[in-house]
Parts: sequence; structure tokens; C-alpha cells
Amino acid sequence: MKHTLAVLVENRPGVLTRVAGLFSRRGFNIESLAVGVTENPDTSRMTIVVNGDDRVLEQVMKQLNKLIDVIRVSDLPSEEAVNRELALIKVGVDSTTRAEVMQIVDVFRAKIVDVGIKSLVIEVTGDESKINAMEALLRQFGIREMVRTGKIAMNRGAKVVQTEKK
Amino acid sequence: MTKTKMSGAKAVIESLSQEGVEVIFGYPGGQVLPLYDELYDADVRHILVRHEQAAAHAADGYARATGKVGVCLATSGPGATNLVTGIATAYMDSVPIVAITGQVPRFMIGNDAFQEANITGITLPITKHNYLVQDSKDIPAIFKEAFYIARTGRPGPVLIDIPKDTQVETIEFEYPGEVKLRGYKPTFAGNEQQIKKAASLILKAEKPILYVGGGIIFSESSEELRTLAEGIMAPVTTTLMGMGAFPSEHPLSLGMLGMHGTRYANYAIQESDLIIAVGVRFDDRVTGKISAFAPNAKIIHIDIDPAEIGKNVRVDVPIVGDARNVLKTLIKYVKQEQVKTEAWNKKIAAWKKEYPLTYKKDNFLRPQFVVEQISEVCPDAIIVTEVGQNQMWAAQFFNYRNPRTFISSGGLGTMGYGFPAAMGVKVGRPESTVIDIAGDGSFQMNSQELATVVQNDIPVIVAILNNGFLGMVRQWQELFFNRRYSATCLSESVDFVKLAEAYGALGLRAKKKSDVRDVIKEAVKSECPTIIDFVVEREENVSPMVPAGAAINEILDLE
Repeated sequence: MKHTLAVLVENRPGVLTRVAGLFSRRGFNIESLAVGVTENPDTSRMTIVVNGDDRVLEQVMKQLNKLIDVIRVSDLPSEEAVNRELALIKVGVDSTTRAEVMQIVDVFRAKIVDVGIKSLVIEVTGDESKINAMEALLRQFGIREMVRTGKIAMNRGAKVVQTEKK
Repeated sequence: MTKTKMSGAKAVIESLSQEGVEVIFGYPGGQVLPLYDELYDADVRHILVRHEQAAAHAADGYARATGKVGVCLATSGPGATNLVTGIATAYMDSVPIVAITGQVPRFMIGNDAFQEANITGITLPITKHNYLVQDSKDIPAIFKEAFYIARTGRPGPVLIDIPKDTQVETIEFEYPGEVKLRGYKPTFAGNEQQIKKAASLILKAEKPILYVGGGIIFSESSEELRTLAEGIMAPVTTTLMGMGAFPSEHPLSLGMLGMHGTRYANYAIQESDLIIAVGVRFDDRVTGKISAFAPNAKIIHIDIDPAEIGKNVRVDVPIVGDARNVLKTLIKYVKQEQVKTEAWNKKIAAWKKEYPLTYKKDNFLRPQFVVEQISEVCPDAIIVTEVGQNQMWAAQFFNYRNPRTFISSGGLGTMGYGFPAAMGVKVGRPESTVIDIAGDGSFQMNSQELATVVQNDIPVIVAILNNGFLGMVRQWQELFFNRRYSATCLSESVDFVKLAEAYGALGLRAKKKSDVRDVIKEAVKSECPTIIDFVVEREENVSPMVPAGAAINEILDLE
């Protein structure tokens, strides 16, 4: 089972290594990891998707909490959170396929961010299943290159993940 | 405090003094020259070891024996990597040490400079936390944090890597009064509701057992443990790390459990209906086959590290907190008029009578006999051990009365730990007799420290149970590999008496049972570093034994 964790960490060099190293040496599997600074420049936020049952999740959270640079770890159940990922997909096109690809882009409310003679770069955001669906549809045209950010997530409603418990 | 201008190196020494550090175990080198120059005039005692590994083990032994933070110091590159085994040893056994290493100047980091090693990267998985000093003005705050992290919560090693150029820069020194760490707030008091739940389970239990370990010793809660055990009349078994947490001779003591534990401790665990686990981590050497461990027991697990709870076994009542604090509260809730454990204690008493720890009592000099004699001649000694058979016999046959009197590498099982650790113990507790119960294999891993103990007048006693084998490995080969003694025979290659004398230490030897007491007494009386070569039966086995992968009540007696 997949779990999405929001991890607030000190915005310091080496913190990513500590987190990644912890996962590998404890034998946990990272599905994806996205990291960036928060509203507070001293704090970064990682969104980590891990695979495992509830017991594995509990150990992951406890072990993460043991790292001195980790300030807070929260589990974000998918039904209670907004989940988004961004992907850039470069698709090979010619005059016969270009229109069809652009139609798919439209249906998915994606964007074409670069147009070449033989290729298009498409930017798509959405949850994992949307991006997977789009990838599947575009595959027939030939995906030359694809890059995904990994999932980021946020609680719905007023609930927030904060450095200090209120 | 007012700000004073000083070099980074001076700031390091000043920080150590602010932390009350009285001794450093270290070895100099190119990238710590400014630090060593400051040490030349400093009040803190520096003990020059002969190998950096020994500095880390000595700091560890000092910390285990005194409860204070041990400090070791090495140069960059090979100096730092030589500390690694010692740091890993301290990490596995939750020992508070601060390891200081020199590093190449900042502008050279990453260039594969001479004696450069990425020691913060290397020690990432074996430190509680580590630091690379990026800015010399951070030195005081980093030291304040490092000592705080090392000694609080679940203790552990912290490493500080200090580039040489930050040691010579001038900073304004001001030692911080407190630490501000957003991500580090150990839970000290246990949750009251959980403790009440635990108490109600305890009051209902008919076959309770206390299973306790190093957490009792680190939290200094031996008194509370005793009050609880006597209050609820529950037997107590300790892990290797917990030896000394509960007096071995106490009627409720079951001694050690697990692979080389007593039969009665293992039987009691397997038959109990409630395990009260305090400061332990359900290690595989304790539980044996985990799916067959304590099938009828509910488990209360008290530990300061939440990650230990539920890691290896399912727990019914988890309590996160400092053992002493939790036990104090628990004691309040289990005051009762009548105990239901009478039948249970009778059953255990019968097991104890039927299956005592023993060995063949004949005319041959057996290692267990040596340990028993040490126990009788030096009942108040602090015992340090190497790793292997010597360690198990030291755990089984010495009568421990007090915490911090049994010091051993439990988790990592580091051969070569005992002698340098004993050195640290003696420096921290100079009034005590300190005896390293050693094997001839382990001792040779750090025997160079004879030079250190002689030069610094640190009168430890090394009692070598010399069987000319890597005994524990040989035992496994005998039992599971058809007596094919592959690479385990050391033969009588070293004359340990002459070795001692070569370094200016006292060397003694005993070959007969009747010599044992005399040499022990002579060693104690000499008040100088001493090696005693006990030439013991070569193929003696540690018994009883639970084979790897078996349930802990499937225990064998070995000849």
C-alpha cells in the first residue's frame, strides 16, 4: 500500500542525504520524493511516497522522527489531501499526428510549452492516475523523453502541517 | 557570558571545558595541529593512544562507567576512519560520546586532498547526529548541541568534523546557554494513561516477568526496578547490556536470557503471561525465533526511543519515556495487598534448582572457574569484556551487584573493544579495580594499547582466557560445521607474559587451578598494568546454547 508523507526538515545542506540514507539502510522503498522550501525559508518540505503496510509506515515515521533535522512527519491520506504531480513529456510528432496530440493535450487540460518541427513538449499536472493515463495515450506517438517531479500533497480544508503543534 | 575573541581551535577547547570534559582520548595529525597546539596549555587531560580505534573505545568505556559524555579526537582521513568501529560500537549500544575529527581546509573539501575522507558521510548511519563545521563562528553552538544530543533521550555518538582553516580563524566566543533544536525533543515522562493500563495488566498477571536492559543503566533506575520487582514479586531477567541493573544474587534474579542465557530465564519468558520490557530492544540474540517468542504473553514495552517499540514484536502497551520516570509512576499504581505470583515463583525456583548454570568441575583449568575466582577475589571490580566466549563466561559467572560494573560491546560485538574500553573505565573510575576479561584472539586486536596504559599509568588488569582458539567461532564450527576448524586456531603463538614485559607492564601466568587466586591477588596488589595469561582448556564450550533460529526454550547443554 502506498502512503504519502509530508516531512518538514531544516533547510540545511546534507538533510536530503540523511533522509535518503535512512530509507536505504532500513530497507524502506521510496516511490517518489519531492523537496522544496516552504513559506518559512529555514524549513524545507519533503513529500515522500512510500510503499508498505501500516507497520512499515509506523517504522518509517518513527525513524524519520529520530533524525535531528526532521522537524515533523505527517501522514496525508489521499482522500483527505490534494495530490499533484507535474510532468514534462516530449512527444515525437509529424504533420499527420500533431493535431491528434494537441487534442489529447486539450482534453487533459495540459499545456504545450515547446513546439518543434518534429516534437512537442507537454506540461501536465494532476494526480498520479491522470499523468499515467496521459502517458499511456501519448505512448503510441512515441515518447522521446519524460520527467516527473514526484508527488506533492497538502491537506484539504484548514488543517495544516506545521513545525510546531498548535 | 561576555564575548571573547579567540581562534576556532581555542573555541573547541573552551567549549569542552564548558561541558565539563576532564579527559580526551586522542591521536594527533596534520589537520588537528591547531587543536593540539591549544591542548598543550589546556587543563583538560589528553591521553595519547596508539591507534585511533582505541580512542573511540576508551571514550565509550569512560562514558559507560561514569555516565558522562566520553570524548575522542583524531585527525582527518585515516585518523577519522580508524574511529569508525568505535563509533559504530557506541551507536549500537547507545553510548554518549562526542568524536572530534580534523578535516582538510574548506576550499579543498571534495578534491580528494591528502588525508581527506568524507567522515560525516561515512558515519551518517552510525551516529545519532553529526556536523561538518562550515563556519568557524558556529563552533560553540555545535558543541553545545552535540553534547546535548549525545547525552539526552536515547544516548548515542555525535561526530564533529572541523576543517583546519576554521580552527585558525578568529571568532567571538560565546557559549550558548541553551539549545534550540526544532526537530529534537525527547519524551521524558511517560503517558499517565498508558502507565495506568500497564499497571492494571500487572495487577492481573499471574506469571509476570521483567525483561530489562541497558535502558535501566543509562536512566539510573536500578533502585526503581528493584522496588517494582519486589512490590509485584516478579522475576527479573536482564539482557547482556543490562547485567548489573539487578543484583545477580537477588532471589528474583534469573540472570541473563537469550542465546547463552539461563534455562530458567528462557523458560520463564516462554511461559509468562506478561512481559514488562524496560529499556530493551528485543534483539535476535534475546528472542531467538521471533514467531515462537513468548507465545502466551502480553507485552508492556517501556523505552525512550519510540522507534524501538513495535519494531521486532507486537506490543500491547507501549510507553515512551525515561525508564526511571516511568517506573516511578508505575510503582505508585501497582501498590497491592496480595500478589498472585506465588505459584509462578515456586515454579521458577524449581527450574533454578534443576538447571543451574554450571560447568565441569574437575582438575583442569576451565575458563568459567577463572571468572568465578575473579568474582570471589574482586567482588567490587568493574568487569569489561572482549567479544566471544570470554564475554559470555564473564556475563554468566561473575556475580554483578551494581549498575555500570559490566561493560561490553553487546550490539556490534566488537572484538578488540575490551582492553581500550577498560582503559577509559579506569580513567573515569580510578578508585575501582578494572578487569578486562579477554580472549587471546580479541586481546590481540588492540594489544598495542599496552603502551598507552604504561605511559599514562592506567593500572588495568587484562585476564586472558587463553585457549589458543577464536573460541566462539570454533564452538560454532564444532557444532554446526563438523569440527572443521577453518582459520580459528591461533595455537600458542604469543607469549603474553613477555609481551607485557616488553611494554613495561606486569605479566603473570596461571596454568593450574591452584594458581588462579594467587595471580589475581598479585595483579590487584601490583597496582600497575597487568596481563594475566590463564592457560585454559582449549575446547571448552559456552553452555547452555540456543542454536540460531530456534525458539529460546529449545536450549542445549554442551559439554
